[in-house]
Amino acid sequence: MRILVCVKRVPAPGSRINVTEDGLSVDTAHLGFTTSPHEECALEEAAQLIEEHGGSVCVLTVGPAEAEEQLRYAASVGGTDFSLVLNDTGQDWDPQQTAASIGEAVHQLEAETGIFDLILFGNESADAGGYQVGVRVAVALNRPIVNGIKGIEVEGESLAASREVDGGIEVYSLPTPAVLGIKEGINLPRYPTMKGRLASKKAEIQTTETKVPAGTQRLVRLHRPEEKVTETEVLGDGPEAATKIVDLLDELGVL
Amino acid sequence: MPGVYVLAEHDRGVTDPATHEAFTAASALAANLGESVVAVCVGSFDSDFEIACSQYGISEGIILTSPLITDYGPEIWGQAVADLLKLCDPRVIVAVGTDKGNEVLAQASARSDMPFVANCVEVEHKADWAITRTQWGGSLLEDVTVSGDFLFLSYAHHAVEPVPSATPSEVTLQLLEVEVDSALTRTLVQERTTLTEGATLSTASVVISGGRGVGSADAFAPLEELAELLSGKVGCSRAVTNNGWRSHADQVGQTGTRIAPEIYIACGISGAIQHWVGAMASKNILAINTDPEANMVTKAGYAVIADLHEVVPAVIDEIKRRRGTT
Ligand SMILES: Cc1cc2nc3c(=O)[nH]c(=O)nc-3n(C[C@H](O)[C@H](O)[C@H](O)COP(=O)(O)OP(=O)(O)OC[C@H]3O[C@@H](n4cnc5c(N)ncnc54)[C@H](O)[C@@H]3O)c2cc1C
Ligand SMILES: Nc1ncnc2c1ncn2[C@@H]1O[C@H](COP(=O)(O)O)[C@@H](O)[C@H]1O
Repeated sequence: MRILVCVKRVPAPGSRINVTEDGLSVDTAHLGFTTSPHEECALEEAAQLIEEHGGSVCVLTVGPAEAEEQLRYAASVGGTDFSLVLNDTGQDWDPQQTAASIGEAVHQLEAETGIFDLILFGNESADAGGYQVGVRVAVALNRPIVNGIKGIEVEGESLAASREVDGGIEVYSLPTPAVLGIKEGINLPRYPTMKGRLASKKAEIQTTETKVPAGTQRLVRLHRPEEKVTETEVLGDGPEAATKIVDLLDELGVL
Repeated sequence: MPGVYVLAEHDRGVTDPATHEAFTAASALAANLGESVVAVCVGSFDSDFEIACSQYGISEGIILTSPLITDYGPEIWGQAVADLLKLCDPRVIVAVGTDKGNEVLAQASARSDMPFVANCVEVEHKADWAITRTQWGGSLLEDVTVSGDFLFLSYAHHAVEPVPSATPSEVTLQLLEVEVDSALTRTLVQERTTLTEGATLSTASVVISGGRGVGSADAFAPLEELAELLSGKVGCSRAVTNNGWRSHADQVGQTGTRIAPEIYIACGISGAIQHWVGAMASKNILAINTDPEANMVTKAGYAVIADLHEVVPAVIDEIKRRRGTT
């Protein structure tokens, strides 16, 4: 199986997210970087699929030169080929432009090495959460896509993909080549092993640039939502607080 | 017909209550833009749709039909909604930002090559669209402008309080046949399994969650028992799912489920921003934590600063005592 996984470099914030003075980006002065948990799971799923069926896992990101870090991490947990599409504007492209550049990169990669049987995206990116880049790429390639996927079974030329909906599970059957938006929970991503760390050092990263039209969406300002100041009523500091807790439940009508 | 078109979300004819948020938001937007509201339902007609339109004061409803739309399918629904651009004259097409709402609008926007802005909280149109939307699952807001006349947008789920109209409307329903590509039936739902009947984590009126502080999978037993007593559901933090103590289906937060119960009881959870955004729509929050400085404690309306392993069993005993079941 030839699989492509698309990941996005994002800051890893702590208990709150701070914004730079100009309001144009998250203040990353003291932060590390990561990808969305959904994308980590997509990569893990790809690694498991080729362990079972053979093949390769190409990992692609659109971002600054520093996004090499996320590709090297991917190499340590199962990625086999790596592609960095440079966006050195210092700002995210809008979802239409990001999708167009990924689409172009896929055309190039497929022209060089053959069709990807499966392209995996995260359900949504951790920061922008535009809920669309994967869908746009799939539609441009005229390949089927379903989002929110928490299970994949290979059945000959098609894939059974399942997702959780309120109270149950929906199963889809997609012909390949196919595209899926993966949700956290489909697996538990592995940690890098010693061998993985070596692979990460040796990984060859192919860097490309794209020319796609600018999008229509423009960032004006990031800001934190107004925080409600809450007066916390402390009901106690031990098991004897149970009486007050049950009184509260009673008052709220849930007892 | 021009107007603000709003997508009703349904599962085989049963309207999703989140649709009421979309109807409320669309009506407000339409009033702002000086447009009328048209509700749109894809696939099967059901009296539910008409009732919802009437309750929310919407007098025009369109049902997009095709013999090929036999069930939910992201691609075929998306194409049907995209067809509205050819068949009608929408100023904007909106939905509520549930998984399905965002999926269908992403499909429709990709198929019509139009912008889609997901999870908005404020929308205005001046020279361009001026929008405030959520980033980081709601931890951060982003003001953006979008050029061009038309766009698709979804409203962040739980950001709008549904407000039924004071006077129910007479609803005129129109059936509109759409031409969809038969190849797109490839992503129709093939099979369903029902796991739980009744309330789920996202609809439960009581949610009791455990975090790393619970300590192990087995130590969730008292939380299960308490949830049972209160007809609630058990949730958890990502630390718990990462440890393999519970299934990800129980995870509350940015990459888990968004909940909105009457009361949320968070046991041994620090309240990281990614957890908080999944819980903040709760009407009341009780934090049980040994650390008085934990984010969950300082943000909660009620707190108990103690070991959850002592407090939860005591609450169970107290409930049983009052009910006379011990
Ligand atoms: C992009 C992204 C998305 C994420 N999405 C989610 C998400 O959807 N949901 C989510 O939950 N997290 C999410 N996270 C992870 C999040 O940042 C935190 O790591 C996680 O929520 C921490 O879980 P916790 O509170 O259980 O653990 P900890 O932060 O370790 O907190 C444990 C708490 O338990 C208390 N405690 C310990 N023992 C006891 C005891 N005996 N009695 C009472 N209290 C006790 C401690 O005082 C502490 O406050 C995400 C992170 C990223 C980067
Ligand atoms: N800059 C990027 N580079 C690579 N993949 C991306 C990028 N942005 C988004 N994606 C992929 O598209 C998915 C959906 O992103 P979004 O539409 O922003 O929610 C993400 O989970 C990633 O898999």
